[in-house]
Amino acid sequence: MTNDEILSKLQEAFPQVEFQVQTEETKNFTVIVPAERLVDVATYLRDHLKFDYLSNLASVDYPERFEVVYHLYSMKRGGGVLVLKVLLPDREKPEVDSVTPIWPGANYQEREVYDLMGISFNGHPDLRRIMLWDGFPGHPLRKDFENRTYTFKELEPTRPKPPDW
Amino acid sequence: MFEDEKIPVEEIDRKILVTSVDWIYNWGRQYSMWPVMFGLACCAFEMIGASTARYDIARFGMEFYRPSPRHADLMILAGTITHKMAPQVKRIWEQMPEPKYCLAMGSCAISGGIFKSYAVLQGADEILPVDVYVPGCPPRPEALFDGILKIHRMVRAQSVKGVSWYGKEGSSSRRGASRDE
Repeated sequence: MTNDEILSKLQEAFPQVEFQVQTEETKNFTVIVPAERLVDVATYLRDHLKFDYLSNLASVDYPERFEVVYHLYSMKRGGGVLVLKVLLPDREKPEVDSVTPIWPGANYQEREVYDLMGISFNGHPDLRRIMLWDGFPGHPLRKDFENRTYTFKELEPTRPKPPDW
Repeated sequence: MFEDEKIPVEEIDRKILVTSVDWIYNWGRQYSMWPVMFGLACCAFEMIGASTARYDIARFGMEFYRPSPRHADLMILAGTITHKMAPQVKRIWEQMPEPKYCLAMGSCAISGGIFKSYAVLQGADEILPVDVYVPGCPPRPEALFDGILKIHRMVRAQSVKGVSWYGKEGSSSRRGASRDE
């Protein structure tokens, strides 16, 4: 299935959605999906176009927006990489629907994005920090995060209390 | 010993050794110092390498890395101490019985090394009373042995009269859980 076929099928299934395609600046075939239709598009891609494998979920911090990037493959028919992007222009409160119900492998990756970049995923079954502990000040991979060193005492009040034995 | 038994003088020379309590006690401690089996990052591989046949840490009485901190005398901080790991490091140290010694191995354990970041503790001496610093990135096993020999020298210099962990009073010591407490 070529890229053009994928795009025409998507357009056929979602006639009212405007899909933008990035081919020039990125090597891979990239479709920009509106955030509010992401779950529908992802479900369609999995069920009808057999994109059954979410290989990567990452986020990018641009000056004017956040982006969440999904890399999809098809194990059933050997489809190459299809990149979905969701643009989140609201830098104050970025949120997008979770794709964990569609691809369960997204669970930890969404938690990582939430932890390090502060994008919240609606509908995620267990949205907690995965690397840092609850209460850590800020989201370190954001560009506006002040990267400095902390002393042990400084972070002490934010740490979880050890269990009593 | 029976009364009619005569001990020749040369036998007395061979069989009786006069020494001080400190010397014999420290000699015993120094050559059976067991480190806790505890690696934090890549320096741990040099620590493991130090225990292999080529470098042979057993020459210094340290062939056992103890899996339990309650058996151990020495904590080798081999690697980067992240802020997520730091409370556990402190906790393992607190579980070790006195007398205990701490060796910071490598740049990261000494000062955070190249990791000037939010995630890494900038030096083990923020949370532990470090006795010997072994620099290097990572230090070779020979450098680790040099640090261990320095700890041996420290052990030899101690006296049971002076140390806080020996005696009836118990260990309310300067070597508490943390330097700033």
